[in-house]
Amino acid sequence: MFTGFDVDVIQRALPYLWQGMLFSLGLTLLAMVGGIILGTVLALMRLSSYKVLTLPAGGYVNLLRSTPLILVIFWFYFLVPIAVKQITGNPYASGIGPFYSALIAFTLFEAAYYCEIIRAGIQSVPSGQVNAAYALGLNYWQAMIRVVLPQAFRNMVPILLTQGIILFQDTSLVYVVGLTDFMGAASKVAQRDGRLVEMYLFAALVYFIFCYFASYFVKHLHTRITPPR
Amino acid sequence: MSMIEFKNISKWYGSFQVLKDCSTHIDKGEVVVVCGPSGSGKSTLIKCVNGLEPFQQGELIVNGQSVGDKTTNLPQLRAKIGMVFQHFELFPHMNVTANLNLAQVKVLGRSVDEATAKSQMLLNRVGMIDHAHKFPGQLSGGQQQRIAIARGLAMDPVAMLFDEPTSALDPEMINEVLDVMVELAQEGMTMMCVTHEMGFARKVAHRVIFMDKGEIVEDAPKADFFGTPRSERAQQFLSKILHH
Repeated sequence: MFTGFDVDVIQRALPYLWQGMLFSLGLTLLAMVGGIILGTVLALMRLSSYKVLTLPAGGYVNLLRSTPLILVIFWFYFLVPIAVKQITGNPYASGIGPFYSALIAFTLFEAAYYCEIIRAGIQSVPSGQVNAAYALGLNYWQAMIRVVLPQAFRNMVPILLTQGIILFQDTSLVYVVGLTDFMGAASKVAQRDGRLVEMYLFAALVYFIFCYFASYFVKHLHTRITPPR
Repeated sequence: MSMIEFKNISKWYGSFQVLKDCSTHIDKGEVVVVCGPSGSGKSTLIKCVNGLEPFQQGELIVNGQSVGDKTTNLPQLRAKIGMVFQHFELFPHMNVTANLNLAQVKVLGRSVDEATAKSQMLLNRVGMIDHAHKFPGQLSGGQQQRIAIARGLAMDPVAMLFDEPTSALDPEMINEVLDVMVELAQEGMTMMCVTHEMGFARKVAHRVIFMDKGEIVEDAPKADFFGTPRSERAQQFLSKILHH
């Protein structure tokens, strides 16, 4: 099977693959930051005592979590421009391009998952801490920002990063809107040169090494940052 | 003048009534000890004072403001009432000085230098100045609780609430905390203390309140309470905890 395994094809494709890798990493990073910020807002909404906040946030999270990511990416690329045309009444309104629509789709999708992680993290902070913060005269936002969230995020860092690793793997789905990430780049070279075995094995190896070491780093980090209690 | 006045306070958890028509008052400079069997509503009663526990009926006036009133600015009221908890509740992600400084800076608007000076003065007073840069997790329970008291005092409170401050401590650490509390009482601080430390009550309390099943059963000056409790339930309670 491996007769004629051509390592050279990988080497020649490396600069192109590196471009794809930078794209994957960039999209992962941006979507993570956006997802964590939006997820925090959603988590605070879900945990509030006002139904006007909990219901929409809960509905949003449940809807996004029961939808395949590939569908959300699709929607944002193909349906949002149509919706914008309908709403604005401007038949020439164009979309925002594949990159931004993919970024928005990933951010919105990941926010639903981050929301649940952050909600659990906030709930893991003992209620006595919240009481102590309030008893000192801090208001809701001061108590959240100074006392609850720092402790919650410290507890959550490992799982937030783990979700980031999953997100990194999921960025390969951007091929549906014609973007070229690492996986897409490998795939294109494979098709062009007829070297499917080499390229897909190499892609798998890179993903494995990357995610394995990222997981190892997360584990190491967890033992280091857990504060004494 | 009453610093804290409970007028017919009732509270329910669902259909279960945890506080039944509780009325009492704590005057300025008075030290009142609240005791009673577990589940009698002592902690719930003290948490009503700074609005950590809402109540459904009655009126509670603290420092001239009604706690249950929706127009009352609770954070502002709480800033004037110090509270010490059973499990200390120091913020584990901040060092001791930052724990004391946080509310001084964020709530009272003091500068960091001002707040730090105040914190150091109080840490010195509770004998913890050498630990100012440590984190709560590195300190013993007794040390943490003394810092928690200092954190409350840093806000220059008009009254202090103590919710079983020694219940989570190892026996040999109870006295270091009680010593700080006795000193505070002798300086004339208004104090409401939920505690089973009858030695502390004997030494500095003006009045003792005994609660059972959500009711204030006995509310008497210290001498009367330890002399001849009027109710049978208080007598039983005292005989159980004093004979050891």
